Amino acid sequence: MGQVVALDALLGERRVWRGRPVAPLFSAQPTGHAALDAALPAGGWPEHALTELLLPADGVGELELLLPTLARLTNAGADVLLVAPPYVPYAPAWQARGVDLRRLHVIDADPKQALWAFEQALRSGACAAVLGWPSKVDHHGLRRLQVAADTGHALGFVLRDRKHTDEASPAALRLEIDRERRVRVRKCRGGPAPAAVFALAATH
Amino acid sequence: MLWACILLPHLGIDSVLRRHPTPDEPLALIGGPFQRRELVAVNRAAADVGLRPGMRLAAAQAIAPGFAAVEHAPAHEAQWQRFLAAWAYRFSSQVWAGWPNAIALEVQGSFSLIGQWPTFQARLREDLAALGFRHRIALAPTAAGARVLAGVEDGIAVLTPDQLRTTLARVPVRRACLPNEAGPRMHGMGIRHLRQVFELPRDALRRRFGVEVLQALDAMLGVVPELLECYRPPDVFDVRIELSYEVENHQALLFPVRRMTADLAAYLAGRDGGVQQFVLKLEHEGIAATDVEVGLLSAERDPAMLFDLTRGRLERAQIPKPVVGLRLIARDLPPFVPSGRDLFDERPEHAVPWDHLRERLRARLGNDAVYQVAPTVDPRPERAWQRAAAIIPEAPNRPTRPTWLLPRPMPLRDARVRVLAGPERLETGWWDGEDTRRDYYVLETAHGQRVWAFCAVGQQGPWMLHGWFA
Repeated sequence: MGQVVALDALLGERRVWRGRPVAPLFSAQPTGHAALDAALPAGGWPEHALTELLLPADGVGELELLLPTLARLTNAGADVLLVAPPYVPYAPAWQARGVDLRRLHVIDADPKQALWAFEQALRSGACAAVLGWPSKVDHHGLRRLQVAADTGHALGFVLRDRKHTDEASPAALRLEIDRERRVRVRKCRGGPAPAAVFALAATH
Repeated sequence: MLWACILLPHLGIDSVLRRHPTPDEPLALIGGPFQRRELVAVNRAAADVGLRPGMRLAAAQAIAPGFAAVEHAPAHEAQWQRFLAAWAYRFSSQVWAGWPNAIALEVQGSFSLIGQWPTFQARLREDLAALGFRHRIALAPTAAGARVLAGVEDGIAVLTPDQLRTTLARVPVRRACLPNEAGPRMHGMGIRHLRQVFELPRDALRRRFGVEVLQALDAMLGVVPELLECYRPPDVFDVRIELSYEVENHQALLFPVRRMTADLAAYLAGRDGGVQQFVLKLEHEGIAATDVEVGLLSAERDPAMLFDLTRGRLERAQIPKPVVGLRLIARDLPPFVPSGRDLFDERPEHAVPWDHLRERLRARLGNDAVYQVAPTVDPRPERAWQRAAAIIPEAPNRPTRPTWLLPRPMPLRDARVRVLAGPERLETGWWDGEDTRRDYYVLETAHGQRVWAFCAVGQQGPWMLHGWFA
């Protein structure tokens, strides 16, 4: 290439097609938290994918984060499944937060069966969202869940201990909640993780 | 009317082979009196090594030592014929299963539903192949005519009585299924084809061979109406498989179980019903059978689903002794209402309805493992919720409740709690002897969790943790 072509000239001749910036894919699944929606590249939960919530302990706002979504889905007539929750989902409170309890299902299972049930529920496409608390799940297991969520077009939510933050994860979105009820995006598909931190409102 | 006749020349051996684990190895059905055992039927592999029906058992064992021998049971054949009649019943309301190794069904009435004869025939053959029965099919205006033609040429279709007469005329008398052994006798007299029989004077024919032959010929040609007592399906599904070996693990039972549930689904489709409850009995030597109950929340008939559920239950069952036989009984057969899908449903193509998923989960995890939660009116927190009710009531208006409730309260070991709200005094339960007097507070722990805790009335601590405001 002995010839040097000036970039300006080339563009001026209009012989180079300049692709438009790709419009981000807008998610049809808003999180219900305006600040979080604005921070995420898709503008909501990644659809047909796994979302991982990393918690320092139980009861630091994980349901606060999810309940608007669960309320929206159940009221739209979609089924939501809780796979082996660590505590009793307290019906009066869930109802008060707008969840249609007719569409909320709970499974009791030991950890091994729970993982199987989690995957089945995601894969089947019968549920709009599936929440699971897998205690011992490796990267391979998470990968299976991610594929299952993709196959079944479901929202999968994995709630795990914060100590797994440094491990690689196939989840499309990873959110970390700290003890001050602040949510930090650790990984998100479709863009760099936003640095913004936003606080969860406390119902109490 | 057009009748299709399905001839099942190998009904006996097919019914054995279809549930045999190794159908490709030599196998023969053995029958005859005890001192003169002979082969009744053989499979292809056995024929390849030189075994033939009618051969003496001793001779067969000399030719091919170690072939699988199964006792010939005419009762079983009759049972399978009934099963196939039930299967044929889904194609037509007029099914006749009175002839040995044959099923006749009126098909013209079903053309508008299933399609013209080529489509219809393809459906029949596809189903029979899937069920594992070799077959020959013919179509004719009379059932008896179709039966004769099926024996002569597989796949022949005759549509008009005139055509039937000319076609039947070419059939050899020995293959015309005539009563009173008339076929071989006519052959002995030099009558070779039915054409010659048709030309004989009727009176002479009656005197020589009996009136039954005349009636058979008339029925075949459609000169007189056929009087066939149509099949009516039974109201109970009950099949039994005797295993030729003892089975000790679940895995080996799955193959016969898959066949049984597929048969059940075929039967249900035939009567347009579903099944809500059935029992799989695992029979043992010497002790009572183990019952594996399969209960569903709604009537179903999908073969894959029935098998899946049965497998789930089977894997949970304890097998005290090796299994020698299986029996599947379904008595509760309610009407089946297929679940419709919304035209604009956005869920993926293969998505199953929630009911199916719930059945699958219940089958593997237990009946009570899948539930729903509902609020109750009881003020005591641990009783303010219950496992699903049919109708979910509205919870009474109360101060904010935590979203997670601990199954039972536990001591909160944290000295640096901060009271956010409270107390809310609950003093109740006098009516059933479980009085509760507690002051509930909303606390924030040193770890930033918001908890719902209670203590004795009028005190602040020691705290009992009862829920999380997650």
